[in-house]
Amino acid sequence: MEFTKFTTMKLSNIQSISLLLLIGVLWSACQEGPKTLPILGNKDEVNGKTIYHEIPDFSFVNQDSMEVNNQTFAGKAYISDHFFISCPTICPKLSKSMLRIHDKFKTDKNLLLLSHSIDTKYDTIPRLKKYATNLGVTSDKWHFVTGEKQAILDIAEDYFNVALEDSDAPGGYNHSGRLILVDKNRRIRAFCDGTDPKSVDKFMVDIQHLLVEMETDKG
Amino acid sequence: MYKLPFITFFFLTFFSLVNCNQKPYAHGKIMYENFCVNCHMEDGSGLVGNIPPLAKADYLTTNADKLACIIRYGITENLVVNGKEYTTPMAGVPQLTDVEIANIINYINHEWGNDNGYTTIKQVQAQLEKCR
Repeated sequence: MEFTKFTTMKLSNIQSISLLLLIGVLWSACQEGPKTLPILGNKDEVNGKTIYHEIPDFSFVNQDSMEVNNQTFAGKAYISDHFFISCPTICPKLSKSMLRIHDKFKTDKNLLLLSHSIDTKYDTIPRLKKYATNLGVTSDKWHFVTGEKQAILDIAEDYFNVALEDSDAPGGYNHSGRLILVDKNRRIRAFCDGTDPKSVDKFMVDIQHLLVEMETDKG
Repeated sequence: MYKLPFITFFFLTFFSLVNCNQKPYAHGKIMYENFCVNCHMEDGSGLVGNIPPLAKADYLTTNADKLACIIRYGITENLVVNGKEYTTPMAGVPQLTDVEIANIINYINHEWGNDNGYTTIKQVQAQLEKCR
């Protein structure tokens, strides 16, 4: 009797250990190691050196009337989008996706957010401030910027977005809803469709990869 | 001999289950997805602080007599939903017919756990008369 009990115990121990091992193997197979995100955009070869697409110099003003330029993002990665407050089409979804990213990486000092308003006439600094405050966010993490209209529309292209004035479009503007991940070297490393929550899910994994890369770079 | 009642019972149960599982405001849902979802979202949650929710929104019952006019002509005045003030203006959708507006109202009044009762086309038309 005692003996049988012992063997069954033994067996079940072996069984559970092998089961654990199996789960472990399967689990590790599913885990992705650190992944290096590609550098996106057109490349040029100059004297055998590869020149990557970079975000050019810019200078805008944020919801707290502070200047926001490339220096604001020195040593940091950031997410960029183009929107406008009275936009009846895709913008609320973009802001919602940006807010998800904001909340997920709230405490990570290496990641900031930058929303460009393309409606430079209506979206004044006080309106941007109100929009941000309503969302519950502040400019130490998320900049809402306005500036010279053409400069804002032009830089959209550098972020792989399209923003055009179009009186026939709902709200007066045609624009695309990409969220763009820029690294500390002004290079685009990932993007997603800001209106599609599943696309944003994958994007957040990419952001995590870049943040890990930045940590490893320092060490 | 006993088979017939069983078969009848089976089919009755089957069809009643199928029917009960259908969403009754299918047209309103389509209209909502075309004209409202961008701002008020699939789950009726709106956008924190800027666009009011429709899911579990007290405004739908406290201002039931304004909904049709808001959908057709939009709203610029501030409104309070579940104790929070919203100031972003809403654009109207003037191309919607009275029936379409009624269908949207009935959809949002019965979706996301809302249970705000049925609005008739006559009620909608009476509202729209006032804000024409």
